[in-house]
Amino acid sequence: MKILPKKSNGSESSASQKHRLAVSRLETLVPILLIALATIVIMISIGLVLSLIFNTYRFFSLVSLLEFFTSKEWTPLFATPRYGVYPLVVGTILVVAGALTIAVPIGLVTAIFLSEYAPSWLAKTLKPILEILSGIPTIVYGFFAIRVITPFIQALIPETQFYNAASASIAMGFMIVPIVTSLSQDALTSVPEQLRTGGYALGLTKWEVTKGIVFPSARSGVSAAIILAVSRAIGETMIVAIAAGSQPSASWNPFESVMTLTGYIALVSQSDAPEGTTAYYALYAVGLLLFLITLTLNLIGRRFIRRKTGNVNV
Amino acid sequence: MDYVYEIGNLNLRYYQIQALRQVSLNIGKNQVTALIGPSGCGKTSLLRTLNRLSDFIPGIHIEGLIKLNGEDIFADKTDVIDIRRRVGMVFQKPNPFPMSIFDNVAYGPRCHGIKNKKMLNDIVVESLRRAALYDEVKDRLNRSALELSGGQQQRLCIARALAMKPEVLLMDEPTSALDPIATAKIEELIKELKKDYTIVIVTHSMQQAARISDITAFFLMGELIEVGPTKEFFATPSDPRTENYITGRFG
Amino acid sequence: MYSKRSRQRIIVNNMVSVIMFVLSMSSIVILAVIIGSIFSQGLSRVTWDFLTGFPSRKPDESGILPALVGSLIVVGGALLMALPIGLATAFYLQEFAHKRVFVETIQTLIYNLAGVPSIVYGIFGSAFFVATLKVIFENLHMTITTGRVLLAGILTMSILILPIIVVTTQEAIKTVPRNLKEASYALGASRVQTTGKITARFAFPNILTGLILSIARILGETAPLLLVGAAGFITFLPTNLFGSFTVLPVQIYSWIMRPQEAFQTTAAAGIIVLLLTQLLLSGIAIILRAVLQKRRY
Repeated sequence: MKILPKKSNGSESSASQKHRLAVSRLETLVPILLIALATIVIMISIGLVLSLIFNTYRFFSLVSLLEFFTSKEWTPLFATPRYGVYPLVVGTILVVAGALTIAVPIGLVTAIFLSEYAPSWLAKTLKPILEILSGIPTIVYGFFAIRVITPFIQALIPETQFYNAASASIAMGFMIVPIVTSLSQDALTSVPEQLRTGGYALGLTKWEVTKGIVFPSARSGVSAAIILAVSRAIGETMIVAIAAGSQPSASWNPFESVMTLTGYIALVSQSDAPEGTTAYYALYAVGLLLFLITLTLNLIGRRFIRRKTGNVNV
Repeated sequence: MDYVYEIGNLNLRYYQIQALRQVSLNIGKNQVTALIGPSGCGKTSLLRTLNRLSDFIPGIHIEGLIKLNGEDIFADKTDVIDIRRRVGMVFQKPNPFPMSIFDNVAYGPRCHGIKNKKMLNDIVVESLRRAALYDEVKDRLNRSALELSGGQQQRLCIARALAMKPEVLLMDEPTSALDPIATAKIEELIKELKKDYTIVIVTHSMQQAARISDITAFFLMGELIEVGPTKEFFATPSDPRTENYITGRFG
Repeated sequence: MYSKRSRQRIIVNNMVSVIMFVLSMSSIVILAVIIGSIFSQGLSRVTWDFLTGFPSRKPDESGILPALVGSLIVVGGALLMALPIGLATAFYLQEFAHKRVFVETIQTLIYNLAGVPSIVYGIFGSAFFVATLKVIFENLHMTITTGRVLLAGILTMSILILPIIVVTTQEAIKTVPRNLKEASYALGASRVQTTGKITARFAFPNILTGLILSIARILGETAPLLLVGAAGFITFLPTNLFGSFTVLPVQIYSWIMRPQEAFQTTAAAGIIVLLLTQLLLSGIAIILRAVLQKRRY
């Protein structure tokens, strides 16, 4: 039987025609089904923002915007409740800043090491370890904070309260090291090799090349890494819920209890503040604030990455 | 002479790049037509238009007429899938699917509704025979296609195209990734295939065009400069640009 | 002229290399210390009784079974809901979409959703799922008085992992070589046929990556589930989707917050179970992915 060119007119069997019909029906149906499911994503996003906004609106009909942003007391459960978000913001900044003082040096140095210094066998072993570190549930870091870090700090500085910001900071710092490292490493390795070679050709040492040429070129990528790490830290709940305490004092002393934005949300969720009370609606206002802060940071961070790589797919 | 393709005043543009300019060309039946020219001259773009793979080029814009056996392939009511069944294509780098040899050749027929095991088997065996590959693989039809050598993979891709019982075979530099022996085998195959199929081949090698084609067309910067029967084309080109290209002054 | 400064520069260079090495190894040290301290405290407590028991007021009699079962159900349920939507969205964006505006909108939404802190998902879950379920229960005259049920937990987790699944699936689809798809189209296959038979098949092992990441993520989430009702003292196994529930991290959290020292040991044991569960489930999925990658010839 020779395979000869088949004429395409009229001599088609009905089975073949039925098949053609089935294929073209699928061809129109499948995209519709896919669009329908994809639209759910849009609906979820809108729903998420709307629910936050709606409940926040309810909150602000009970508490004034002015008080929220200017009062220095956050005392929802007092007889005369005050809803100034300032203490929560102080607590958040304190913990996050502390975390950065640990995560940025370690993270950047590790990134530079992996990108410029480490032999490939070492890099290959270190990478999975970092991945494991970033996959550990945050509750584990929280537990580690009160079991190991807090006693340690108390041994050094006896006035430290059991719940304190420093302990949470340190644990959080460990937690965000992998984020800083991996994004910074990406930025560093994408610096073209010719820049380094040019530096070496001028007789510079490895450190001078790294410090003076490679690192500045990777500046925007590294900035992005830090910004995104900050965003992650701000949104982190369990470490602070376990170790930082629930005192919304506006104190900048890291050895005292503080309450962060996320800490308040965690507290309300398990506390006696019943649904429908102002203390409960405060949860949404704080949540919306958190959402907006992290969203802004993420957008800025991604803008930095885009500028560096020219890659719009981020 | 029957013309399988009648191409009239074809203009092809994607975004601001004009790839083809007022190209008019007829492809004769049961002949091998070679398209030659330097890189970027539009010959591959033209080839892809012939089976409407050009539809996938982003920003594509086509004006002009292409008739396949008298039908306008760009008409609204044209079934593009039918066109692609009737026109087979073999690519520059062999691209077998990561499946068994049998499944590769049977892929096309299965997509078009053939499920009967015996029919599929007959089609696969016959296509492999026509592609001069059957004897080498008949004991391992269920093994992965990726285990074959480059030349064998390319013949597999030819068999895969033949399984669709096409009228035309389009070949985009089919031997440029192969060694000389594999190349020779495929050129032999082409000469055999042209008895039953119409073949359009894009090639970088003028020697290849001279060896296997009946008609040669020379393209430069999107324009068809000259076309004619191969022997005369290479012996006495009329356009000076053609002569310059043939004698290697550029390209 | 340069010699003294050269020596200084070389010394600095070498010192820096050493400091770098030491600091980088600190990540390993940190991991070792964390894991080590927890294992040393809790390992002795991980007994068969612990794994099959229920929480109790007495720390030494507390077990983790309801939390373990709850976690597994939440993971399974969330994947069941999120995979179809996530896969459909990814395939749509990569292979079928034509209108750029629509594509870019969904794409931006996805990337922004991916960066939202987990607790915000919890807030949304509480505001939407919990509230809606409560209304549904009331209208159907069911005996359940609250929306803080297992289903709410599953739904909340499913939207949490949705962006992960979409993004990793998109990346998986992008790895499919263009020439394979071209070969398929050239043979007259339709877009649906090509996507199903070639693209999906080739990308499948990498799509599993999204699954792997999601499993580990859901197992480790505490705050959002706290917000939608996971409780710390559940002494029964879940029988349906509309009852109270708990998951491993929440159970551990409730033990941590108890004053008795013995509960801290119990918490450590719980963490070990959590980590091992993560390891086991992720491990199975990773092995599955490796096997499938080999089978692509």
